[in-house]
Amino acid sequence: MILKRISIFLTIGLFCLGLTVSPALAFKGAYKVGAVFSVTGRASFLGDPEKKTAEMIAEQINKAGGINGKKLELIVYDTEGDATKANLEVKKLITQDKVSAVIGPSLSGTSLAVVPLAEKYKTPLISCAASYKIVHNDKTGKPYKWVFKTPQTDTMAVEAIYTHMKKHGISKIAIISGTTGFGASGRGELIRLAPKYGITIVADEKYGPKDTDMTAQLTKIKGTSPQAIVNWSIGPTQVTVLRNWRDLGMSDIPFYQSHGFGSRKNIELAAGAAEGVYAPLGGCNIAELLPADNPQKKVTMKYLKDYMAKYHEPLSSFGGHAWDALEMVAKALTHVGGDRAKIRNYLENHIKGFVGQHGVFTYSATDHNGLTKDAFKMVVVKNGDWALAN
Amino acid sequence: MEKITLAGQIFQYLITGLTVGSIYAMVAVGFNIIYNVTEIINFAQGEFVMLGGLIMVFFYAVVKLPLVVAFPATVLLVTLVGILLDRLAIRPIRQPTVLTLIIATIAASILIKGAAMLIWGKDPYDLPAFSGRNAITVFGAVIQPQYFWVIGFLIIVVIALSIFFDRTIVGKAMSACADNPDAASLVGINVQQMILLSFALSAAIGAVAGITVTPISLMEYDRGAMLAVKGFGAAILGGLGSFPGAVLGGLIMGTIESMGAGLISSGYKDAFALIVLLVVLFFKPSGIMGSIEISRIKRF
Amino acid sequence: MLRIGKLPIAVFALFIIAFPWIAHKIPPIENYTDIMIFAGIYCLITLGLSLLMGYAGQISIGHAAFYGIGAYTSAILTANYGFNPWLCMFFGMIVTAAVAVLVGAPSLKLRGHYLAMATLAFGIIVYIVFNEETAWTGGPDGMTGIPGLSLLGFAFDSVDRYYYLVWIFVFAAFIFTANLIQSDTGRALRAIHASETAAGAMGVDISGHKLLVFVYSAVLASLAGSLYAHYLNFINPSTFDLFFSIKLLIMIALGGMYNLWGAIIGAGLITFLSYEWLHYFEEFEVIVYGAILLLVTIFLPKGLAGTPEIVKTWFRK
Repeated sequence: MILKRISIFLTIGLFCLGLTVSPALAFKGAYKVGAVFSVTGRASFLGDPEKKTAEMIAEQINKAGGINGKKLELIVYDTEGDATKANLEVKKLITQDKVSAVIGPSLSGTSLAVVPLAEKYKTPLISCAASYKIVHNDKTGKPYKWVFKTPQTDTMAVEAIYTHMKKHGISKIAIISGTTGFGASGRGELIRLAPKYGITIVADEKYGPKDTDMTAQLTKIKGTSPQAIVNWSIGPTQVTVLRNWRDLGMSDIPFYQSHGFGSRKNIELAAGAAEGVYAPLGGCNIAELLPADNPQKKVTMKYLKDYMAKYHEPLSSFGGHAWDALEMVAKALTHVGGDRAKIRNYLENHIKGFVGQHGVFTYSATDHNGLTKDAFKMVVVKNGDWALAN
Repeated sequence: MEKITLAGQIFQYLITGLTVGSIYAMVAVGFNIIYNVTEIINFAQGEFVMLGGLIMVFFYAVVKLPLVVAFPATVLLVTLVGILLDRLAIRPIRQPTVLTLIIATIAASILIKGAAMLIWGKDPYDLPAFSGRNAITVFGAVIQPQYFWVIGFLIIVVIALSIFFDRTIVGKAMSACADNPDAASLVGINVQQMILLSFALSAAIGAVAGITVTPISLMEYDRGAMLAVKGFGAAILGGLGSFPGAVLGGLIMGTIESMGAGLISSGYKDAFALIVLLVVLFFKPSGIMGSIEISRIKRF
Repeated sequence: MLRIGKLPIAVFALFIIAFPWIAHKIPPIENYTDIMIFAGIYCLITLGLSLLMGYAGQISIGHAAFYGIGAYTSAILTANYGFNPWLCMFFGMIVTAAVAVLVGAPSLKLRGHYLAMATLAFGIIVYIVFNEETAWTGGPDGMTGIPGLSLLGFAFDSVDRYYYLVWIFVFAAFIFTANLIQSDTGRALRAIHASETAAGAMGVDISGHKLLVFVYSAVLASLAGSLYAHYLNFINPSTFDLFFSIKLLIMIALGGMYNLWGAIIGAGLITFLSYEWLHYFEEFEVIVYGAILLLVTIFLPKGLAGTPEIVKTWFRK
């Protein structure tokens, strides 16, 4: 009986706590930057490293004295990969927490849900998601005025792969992708760009993000005798598919992964099945392989060391997108202060040759992605580690 | 690479379907145990599988126990979780209605999943295969040797459970609780204990499924839900409460998925299995091996 | 709940009307109006579901599908073809009703867990269709460019305006459903729920009534979907997945099943819990959510709408 009453009071107490405690405590004169990532829920392995990276950068900046003496206050909300929640949270960041800029969301779905908000409330938003539709307004053919993004588009990853294939005389391929936004977006680009590189797609198979086995799909692919296979997914399935590929005796058909493969953890999990597999990777994934004169070498090596030291886990490719976004915002804040329109203008006009984790960025009025296909380098797995592919 | 014929492909689809289906069958068996004693569906069943895999990873990779020791240790620990679930989530409910119990198991699964996320993080984990990773070829179709472990354990579990529920006193007592708990307690059966036992058993079997599956397809904190849905579907397809039905249901679902993916469209493969499930239900509302008369006298 | 008192409705209406004004005056809760829009949209669904589960005793773990059919019908017809959004909304409700009849008629002879699985299967199949038919639905990346709503030149393009729009629909649905319960149909439903055999012996058309409630709940969900699509101007399949269907179930269970007020309370509570109140706990949000759920399930089995009863009993002790 008493236990029951205590629990009921506890429950009511929890409600009240949630009601009264507001995470956005007002620091006088701080620069406020909002962040929304899918830290839990679907695609949490995207949002988690992104949040960690953003918090790490904010901490580093504040330790070094802040931005022009003012503290950088990072307000992070978890979208759980839910478009509705992302929409609510970005609105809250803009109208209530009054942030100067927003970074994230992590997914294309959640990003597309908040693009109209950035435009409506005239707040700069730098998304960490892949789809080109985030920065491309179909109706005007120009980028959305207030929206930028840092990840390379799938277009660039696909072009890197197709360029490599063309160089090696591959013209007949099979594609297999996950039924998630990431997979569908890559598949769309693979299909769209194939004719440009003289490539014919002879098989187009799919699987779910939580599937245990892709042997059936690969068996079907085997029957079409392709010269190469391209897989587009993130999560454990990109490892399982490699094991199935080996088991079916198909390892003499070159296998290309997407840029989602970019973590040493994946090579480890594949338990040898990843040997000889190709992938297009951004600079931060192969920091150690970059030659000393590569412009990205310094920042990527530093990020690698800092992240490992703070979180004791190898860095993930996706965290790099958050690094790029927040560092750009920090740079804008340093130069023009906290006014939203000024930050937007700074990003569009003064981010030229910005050295980031995933490439060297140059934004302009017609390009709010800022990267070219050189942002990707083709890499091959050799002896259980990355090596530049030829 | 040798070319593969259509017949060869179809045979591979069949073999893959059966092996994947055996995983669904194991989950379905777990559902049936709790159902047979309590008539409720435990939505946290998938989480037992997930815990089996991840806790095994902990014992093997962190505590560095040999596989043979880590296996029973994991099963024991997951069984404990099952017991806790009964004690903390099911037993305290005063006037249990079916919806309340379903929500309680859903709440439990949310909690377990959330805890797993905090403990193990969001990354997938791997286990070494029990008898190596070299694929075995059977009449031209390839199978991962680990699947033989899955199927082997499935057979042992089903036989053991059938003997347990049909031949032993405790097992019969457990079945009596589902049919009529009041009558059962009148004849001296401790209904609460039987329910506890059913959760413990179900958790143990879920753990075995998780441990044997992880070497094949890795394991991460949120794998449970999809496995639970497919296992539930398999249990329903075969007829709730029937262990042979669970096996049949699992194998059929796995095979339809695989055949559907290979022969028609891999994007829709899950839909094919579910459509077949719906069609079967419309003609035989209590599943393939379920009995209509029995399902009518059930309370839900 | 046989008689729905007029006074509670009036009081609640006053609260709803005054809410945005209150929210504007208190800075920390200024965004609550926004959240209340979604709470209202979910109320539309839970009103129908509570009728289905409470009065017809049928469980549905696939209602997100109807929510989605309404949303996608509205989205496709307005964004791709430019038809009038209100007509599309209505058309969406008709399409959903048709689907509900097609699925409901054979399903309703299933019982218990079998029915639950059938609705679950239906929900997943519809989700897969949304995800795969990229040419129509835009696939996993969803559909952008869905227009907003306006009536005779008055555009519902601000948070406050859309709030009032949604809640007008909620009140209409509430009153309509309450009348339904108190009508002959409602009595037949209650008879069926109490004892199918007895009701059948009295000549009540059991399958007809069950189907009616099923279709009614589907149509309300469709309306909710359309309102959602026109507010966010964007939809994607993951909004309409199994987890949302389960969320709806939780709303009903928490609010209280045999009770229209339960539907409102449950929807409101879960909306605020999952979108706002647990931000403070960050990584632990999920655990706290699960814990609250479990505690309320165990200690408030009649849901929150049953709390007045419990409080009365307390004071007597």
